[in-house]
Amino acid sequence: MNFYNEMYDAKGGVRAHYKGYEDWLKATPPERIERKRAEADLAFHRVGITFAVYGEEAGKERLIPFDIIPRVIPSAEWKALQSGLRQRVKALNMFLWDVYHDQEILKAGVIPAEQVLNNAQYRPVMQGVDVPGQIYAHITGVDIVRAGEGEFYVLEDNLRVPSGVSYMLEDRKMMMRLFPELFAKHKVAPVQHYPDMLLEKLRAVAPNGVTDPTVVVLTPGAYNSAYFEHTFLAQQMGVELVEGRDLFVKDEVVYMRTTQGPQRVDVIYRRLDDDFMDPTVFREDSSLGIPGIIRAYQAGNVTLANAVGTGVADDKSIYPYVPDMIRFYLGEEPKLNNVPTYMCRKPDDLAYVLAHLPELVVKEVHGAGGYGMLVGPASTKEQIEHFRQLLIAKPDGYIAQPTLALSNCPTFVEEGIAPRHLDLRPFVLSSGQCVNMVPGGLTRVALTKGSLVVNSSQGGGTKDTWVLED
Amino acid sequence: MLSRTADHLFWMSRYIERAENLARLLDVTWQMSLVPQSEEAANQSWNAIIALNSLEEAFARKYATVNGENVLKFMVSDPDNLSSIHSCLRLARENAHAVRGTLTTEMWETLNATWLEAKEKSFEQLLGAGIGDYFEWVKMRSSLSRGTTLGTLLQDEAYHFIRLGTLLERADNTARILDVKYHVLRPHDDEGATDFYEWGALLRSVSAFEVYRKVYRDVITPDRVAELLILNKDMPRSLHFCLNSVIKNLELVANRQSGETARQAGLLHAQLHYGRIEDILAHGLHEWLTDFMDRIYLLGDGISKDFLVPMAEAA
Repeated sequence: MNFYNEMYDAKGGVRAHYKGYEDWLKATPPERIERKRAEADLAFHRVGITFAVYGEEAGKERLIPFDIIPRVIPSAEWKALQSGLRQRVKALNMFLWDVYHDQEILKAGVIPAEQVLNNAQYRPVMQGVDVPGQIYAHITGVDIVRAGEGEFYVLEDNLRVPSGVSYMLEDRKMMMRLFPELFAKHKVAPVQHYPDMLLEKLRAVAPNGVTDPTVVVLTPGAYNSAYFEHTFLAQQMGVELVEGRDLFVKDEVVYMRTTQGPQRVDVIYRRLDDDFMDPTVFREDSSLGIPGIIRAYQAGNVTLANAVGTGVADDKSIYPYVPDMIRFYLGEEPKLNNVPTYMCRKPDDLAYVLAHLPELVVKEVHGAGGYGMLVGPASTKEQIEHFRQLLIAKPDGYIAQPTLALSNCPTFVEEGIAPRHLDLRPFVLSSGQCVNMVPGGLTRVALTKGSLVVNSSQGGGTKDTWVLED
Repeated sequence: MLSRTADHLFWMSRYIERAENLARLLDVTWQMSLVPQSEEAANQSWNAIIALNSLEEAFARKYATVNGENVLKFMVSDPDNLSSIHSCLRLARENAHAVRGTLTTEMWETLNATWLEAKEKSFEQLLGAGIGDYFEWVKMRSSLSRGTTLGTLLQDEAYHFIRLGTLLERADNTARILDVKYHVLRPHDDEGATDFYEWGALLRSVSAFEVYRKVYRDVITPDRVAELLILNKDMPRSLHFCLNSVIKNLELVANRQSGETARQAGLLHAQLHYGRIEDILAHGLHEWLTDFMDRIYLLGDGISKDFLVPMAEAA
């Protein structure tokens, strides 16, 4: 397979937007680079920018490897991406409003109704609830990859509780601290205003009549894998970081327990899955949630960001229909590519998938985080056979896609600098008619040679992402 | 401020203070064990440390005999002993981790780095390198943590709850040290000569040796040591000093339901403010200190109910 290299063209010449960096890399003594890389490691450890890995010793924290070769995106490419992202996220929010109100798109037969209404992520409690600004996905993390000759594809839309934005910010901070001279030479678009932008969006979706809303960040707690990010965002926005037990509901109003007595809460940026939000409505065994909060939400006394029930739009079984959503709601052609997807619930697709398993990527419809997937070309016969059985047993639980030739980028690894595959997750913020994002996003890189899985839980690292201004 | 946040801050500061006081106590006991003495006398001092923390049973489960090495191992690095320095540093860090957004970067990094370094040290390594150095290190890390708090944290509620935790813990620890040592060192009232080294060590365990000289300009007597540690209002580890600060900080965080706790703190403070050492000794020092520690415990409980873990129906 041929891979698109972010830094070099097919003939081995350096691409124009990487010229400055490559010159610098060649001119900088390797000892200095080594020293700086060690310094970065130490700093990340000391500051405690870590994440917990599920399944490992409880409470164990690992560092996400940080690579000092940035991922550079030229201005024109970013502008095209940005306009495609705006279009896509706008349509997704319109879809969610529609699904939880008149369901025009189902009536029109664009998406099979049972695909939506029988989906476990469809939340009947949201039917008819008017969320402020008609926004469901206030924060969207869209996973984008580059493949083939360099064209971008959307791999998935994360509309529930996308994470990683703190790494985007910390990577930039680290890069500026280690190599200030690079920023003097390049016009790198700044990203550090993200928390400000987020706070502004959250305040904009406060319940009706609330002019000076109290915003909080809700975390599952210190053992959650993304806990660092929760504290980081709360601190950067200057709002309280709360756990479920800090909140309670009285007369359909949400309060937090403070040293000065109960204080009303208006907007909750929640980093807790729907299932755990309210034991009286969803999972009864959840001790992380707040009993009665869904009633308060339905009554319009508190805003949840993201809204409950967004999973019905980022589910892998709905993903193939996103281009149709864009045509249906906006009357436009999609600007970003979808990856061709085989829906195993369809007998023809299933037959094709079973016959081509070694060359496909198979994903669980409800899976996330790189767990429960098969990358055909990188798998053993046993793993493929295992998935074959899973597929036959439960075809509607899976989709399959061609294995994309993900682009790669030079990366520091043990044996020196070598190409590694990467993706990009821009964070798109929505409120009312306004859809914004900071330039770039989080670049994740698969550090294992040949690996196409970039998730940090699967050994992925990160890179600073530079959008160059003209 | 969130009640849970205040709770974590309160316990974070209690644990770091507890680690420091333990290091102080172990340090003097260890130093004293180097002075020629009978084995019985030496083991009595080590035993006192276990008794001081009410850990007789837990200790007996793991160790057959009370001696210097076993007690040090148990109190310094035993992860199963929740009162060991190792555990205190871990718990301080865990509480800090839960509210790291409320701490300044310097405070968090100090506590995090302290724990990362502490957990790498095995007991054998510590003994090999000189356990005295380790005690110095613990004291310095605690000082650093106090210093970053003082030098970087906004003096709002977070600061007041950190101070409340530190001072309640310190008052309790000073009272305990005095209670145990006073009776070990002075078993009979008629025993004339007092041991200069033993009393000197007790004073040093609360950094008060030079202070004593400065205040009294005289030989060390048990009653004055008690007076200094209980009633002196300017000595940072005395009970009076601690209570001065407790009532001040309580006043600053007062809410609608904390009146009774504030009153109790005021009462206790008045005893120290207007008390005389003659009366305390006549009453019986052990009885007096036991009563004091009970009331410190109740104060902590009151603060917890008023601010840190309020009942749901408080709405």
